[in-house]
Amino acid sequence: MPLAKRIIPCLDVTAGRVVKGVNFLELRDAGDPVEIAKRYNDQGADELTFLDITASSDDRDLILHVIEAVASQVFIPLTVGGGVRKADDVRRLLNAGADKVSINTTAVSNPEVVEQAASRFGSQAIVVAIDAKATDASNSRWEVFTHGGRRATGLDAVEWALKMQQLGAGEILLTSMDRDGTKIGFNLPLTRAVSDAVDIPVIASGGVGNLQHLVDGVKQGHADAVLAASIFHFGEYSVRQAKEAMHAAGIEVRF
Amino acid sequence: MKVLIVDYGMGNLASVARAIEVAGGRAMISLSPMDIKKASHIVLPGVGAFPDAMHALHHGGWVESLIEAFNVQCIPALGICLGMQLLADYGEEHGITPGLGIIGGRVCQMVPQAGERLPHVGWNEVIQVKQSELFARTEPSADYYFVHKYHFNAANQESILATSNYAGGFVSAIQREHVFGVQFHPEKSSKNGLQLIRNFLAMG
Repeated sequence: MPLAKRIIPCLDVTAGRVVKGVNFLELRDAGDPVEIAKRYNDQGADELTFLDITASSDDRDLILHVIEAVASQVFIPLTVGGGVRKADDVRRLLNAGADKVSINTTAVSNPEVVEQAASRFGSQAIVVAIDAKATDASNSRWEVFTHGGRRATGLDAVEWALKMQQLGAGEILLTSMDRDGTKIGFNLPLTRAVSDAVDIPVIASGGVGNLQHLVDGVKQGHADAVLAASIFHFGEYSVRQAKEAMHAAGIEVRF
Repeated sequence: MKVLIVDYGMGNLASVARAIEVAGGRAMISLSPMDIKKASHIVLPGVGAFPDAMHALHHGGWVESLIEAFNVQCIPALGICLGMQLLADYGEEHGITPGLGIIGGRVCQMVPQAGERLPHVGWNEVIQVKQSELFARTEPSADYYFVHKYHFNAANQESILATSNYAGGFVSAIQREHVFGVQFHPEKSSKNGLQLIRNFLAMG
């Protein structure tokens, strides 16, 4: 039997609240992180991802308190990302209760941090987050962006994912910036290109608007896990309904 | 119930401690084998490499005390993930390293089959092959959360409590008398994992 494909609700956190934006902008309040985490846990979520989207370094420690509060009540794997600059930041997040730490901007500016963190804490604890945007209308090449999608890097997303695997990343969290918050579905060519290129699990992110999109992410995008925010936050679908839809499509899921 | 969690510097013990507290035990994260005499239960956690872990256990003075606690004092014990593997006779990760030798077997790297990836990370089914109180009131064939690339190759069939299908099949739970080992992380396996911890606390 293959491993169950995972459904991962994503909680973007700023100033201690869960928010959700469209194309990385226009934030809307979605509620208290602990309450939301508990709700998803009870619905059968396989993991939870917290992204600290605070732009400045102020309030950086707030995420540690959020993680501690969530970890004391929710017993499924937690991934935390945002603002990780050095291997020591990874240690602080793991100690607060994270099981995995996601590295994004720093992976580009200081790739050795990925290598150090993977050798210190194990590849299973290190996720590299890649925010990618199509370079032209053909949607066949994608460029990596950093700083919450504000800065272009000139790096090719597929090559970058391979390099991160080589440095010890245990997983790739792949977000399509073109699709984020649009609810028109994952960028499937991007997801498939990266999933097929690397040997480590790929989490598809960005654009989920209905349950068929989750199915497509696995079946057509070849993703190992699917991440979504808005469809769960605003009560359109429960995690349970998402699993039923995937199961009905012949995908192995955990109930 | 005072549950001693062996702290030998490998991995984050906070989630194990929190799960024990929620399951009704009192968690005592300990750096000293002297604390064993205060414990009703022992949990041996661990994430990382087998040789590093054995080295750290020796360095912390744990090895003889744990062997005595398991074999002579008969304190109920639970090894989690690498902690389960350390119960074996020896590990084959980066060369041969003697383990605690509590449950016969050796720890070898998994061999992924076509289309499988290593490490084995995620939720997978645990198939009970032997009746045990450890799994009482958990859902049959429930999924538990795994993160590992080595597995426990048990010397005696009788010690195998459960298996899982990956890399050609591997042992996901073992037992010798009051000593248990689980390859998955019950502290990250939601309600079934918490039930398993409750069952462990009810022993002894």
